[in-house]
Amino acid sequence: MSYRHILIVLVLIAMTGAVHAAGKGGDLDHADTNVHDRAALQRGATLFVNYCMGCHSAQYMRYRRLVEDLDLTEEQVEEFLVMGDREAADYMLTAMDAADAEAWFGVTPPDLTLTARSRGTDWIYTFLRSYYLTEDGWNNTVLENPAMPHVLWDLQGIQRPITETYTDEEGQTRTRVVSLELDEEGRMSPRDFDRAMLDLTTFMEYMAEPAVLKRERLGIWVLLFLGLLTFLAYLLYQEYWKDVK
Amino acid sequence: MAKPASSINKNIHAVGQWIDERSNISEFWKKHLSEYYAPKNFNLWYFFGSLSLLVLVNQLVTGIFLTMHYKPDAELAFASVEYIMRDVEWGWLIRYMHSTGASLFFVVVYLHMFRALMYGSYAKPRELVWILGVTIYLVLMAESFMGYVLPWGQMSYWGAQVIISLFGAVPWIGDGLVEWIRGDYMIADATLNRFFALHVVALPLVLLLLVVLHLAALHEVGSNNPQGIDIKAKKDAQGRPLDGIPFHPYYTVKDIFGAGFFLIIAAFIIFFLPEFGGYFLKADNFIEADPLVTPDHIPPVWYFTPFYAILQAVPDKLMGVILMGAAVMILYLVPWLDRSPVRSLRYRSWMSKLALAIFAISFIRLGMLGLSQDSSTFELRLWTFLYFAFFILMPLWTSFERTQPVPERVTK
Repeated sequence: MSYRHILIVLVLIAMTGAVHAAGKGGDLDHADTNVHDRAALQRGATLFVNYCMGCHSAQYMRYRRLVEDLDLTEEQVEEFLVMGDREAADYMLTAMDAADAEAWFGVTPPDLTLTARSRGTDWIYTFLRSYYLTEDGWNNTVLENPAMPHVLWDLQGIQRPITETYTDEEGQTRTRVVSLELDEEGRMSPRDFDRAMLDLTTFMEYMAEPAVLKRERLGIWVLLFLGLLTFLAYLLYQEYWKDVK
Repeated sequence: MAKPASSINKNIHAVGQWIDERSNISEFWKKHLSEYYAPKNFNLWYFFGSLSLLVLVNQLVTGIFLTMHYKPDAELAFASVEYIMRDVEWGWLIRYMHSTGASLFFVVVYLHMFRALMYGSYAKPRELVWILGVTIYLVLMAESFMGYVLPWGQMSYWGAQVIISLFGAVPWIGDGLVEWIRGDYMIADATLNRFFALHVVALPLVLLLLVVLHLAALHEVGSNNPQGIDIKAKKDAQGRPLDGIPFHPYYTVKDIFGAGFFLIIAAFIIFFLPEFGGYFLKADNFIEADPLVTPDHIPPVWYFTPFYAILQAVPDKLMGVILMGAAVMILYLVPWLDRSPVRSLRYRSWMSKLALAIFAISFIRLGMLGLSQDSSTFELRLWTFLYFAFFILMPLWTSFERTQPVPERVTK
């Protein structure tokens, strides 16, 4: 009967492979994140607090969680990450008033706690790097006409679109963005900026599911335990079934 | 029972005796386990019954712990799930065990049902076992649908919107019926509250009762086997089936081994792929329910997609709903649609084998089509036709096909 079990394992592996393949987006760049990289998480957290939390909240996330998960002391978290008079036990909320935000941007900036799970890490990573400037202001190839300006422009610099004209199905002449070109350099080189955005994406992936750190570390041991248990159960089964003819 | 050795054992034995004299629990143990004779030739397919029971227990236990922290309130529900995922000790594990368990429940139940179709486990004298089983499946669908609404994400909300609006197709009373189910003019707090009550109290009670009846009915007539042989026809001098072995210890140890294997697969998903590529937990459900924003695409969870595809195959809403309902209800008729003198597929002709294969493929293909946004109408109708053809034409091929003689005794 064991060949059947091997077959099931193979089918399962094939299935999980298919699941992984299905998860990949179309035009998005792949964010090769590693949530177990503490340093990347720390750098990402700094970027998130300094650049995102001016407008966005992470309303389900407590600062204190960063102490245990990011290998920081409570003092470090309070000094470098907690803004204003908030405490480590508080949720990561923006200081911006929701009514002000609506007046300034037309919408309340969405909460970002779970964005990595709802949009995916590839989306975030590509979105953050795809802002470009036109005469009409900031635009983005991933999310057209975003309410959010390019808050990271001083790091990335200013990208300009390279466009082409084409004829659509109805015979109308239209233009579309083919690629982006760095027009004005920022404080970071393009390579450093990509790395920084990968760190930020990594942090957002962790923030969407802080349990991921424990989950994957523990998972190995659970599987090893179950493997041993199942092996012993198999021996027991063989022992009992010896007398069944 | 073993002879008591020490005075402690003696006392324990005495307590056991005392209880047994008043409850006859040892008789129950014998009837359902140690002297329940099951055919000795069960194969891999026979693991899925006990595995369903294992998943049911998992759902009940993890569900109880989830209700300790979950808030059935439209304002609080979504945040309370995130609270469970973050601030409750081991909350993430309990939640993933429950969400993964829900999908795996359908995996094992579908395989269990397919086993019954292969080996004719619904055939006389097991019609009642089958009827109770189909009813369990129906209740399970209601249970999982209501559970899916509780996290109150976008897919919870809009999935409920789609499914509940189907009741609007009922002539005359449709609109009133939909309002009555929702308890409001839209999916709202009232809906969430009643679904919570039904999901955690009413339907689990019904499920448990049905499972007890399913097992009681099975143990009354005895288990079928891959060869479809009636093992009670040949008994030894003590009246024990020659091809039967006591369920305990033989099948208990075997099922423990099967459970271990199953748990490895379950743990792999829980610890490394809890979203299972969006099939078990959908990306859109990580956005809180918003009545003002309709998602672009509202696919049902994978285990409902075959029926959703059947609904889409019909242009008329009422006819679609009727056909979708019929796709499940027709299962009840299987014991009477099958006219074959033999139970197991092994002794039937190529016709039965081909029909079952086409049925399985059509079910899987419908499931894939139901997930997609733009499935071809032709394909939807083709597989829906084949799905129903399996049942409607069953009396024909099972009457005409030539079957092989069934051996008198079980062979390996």
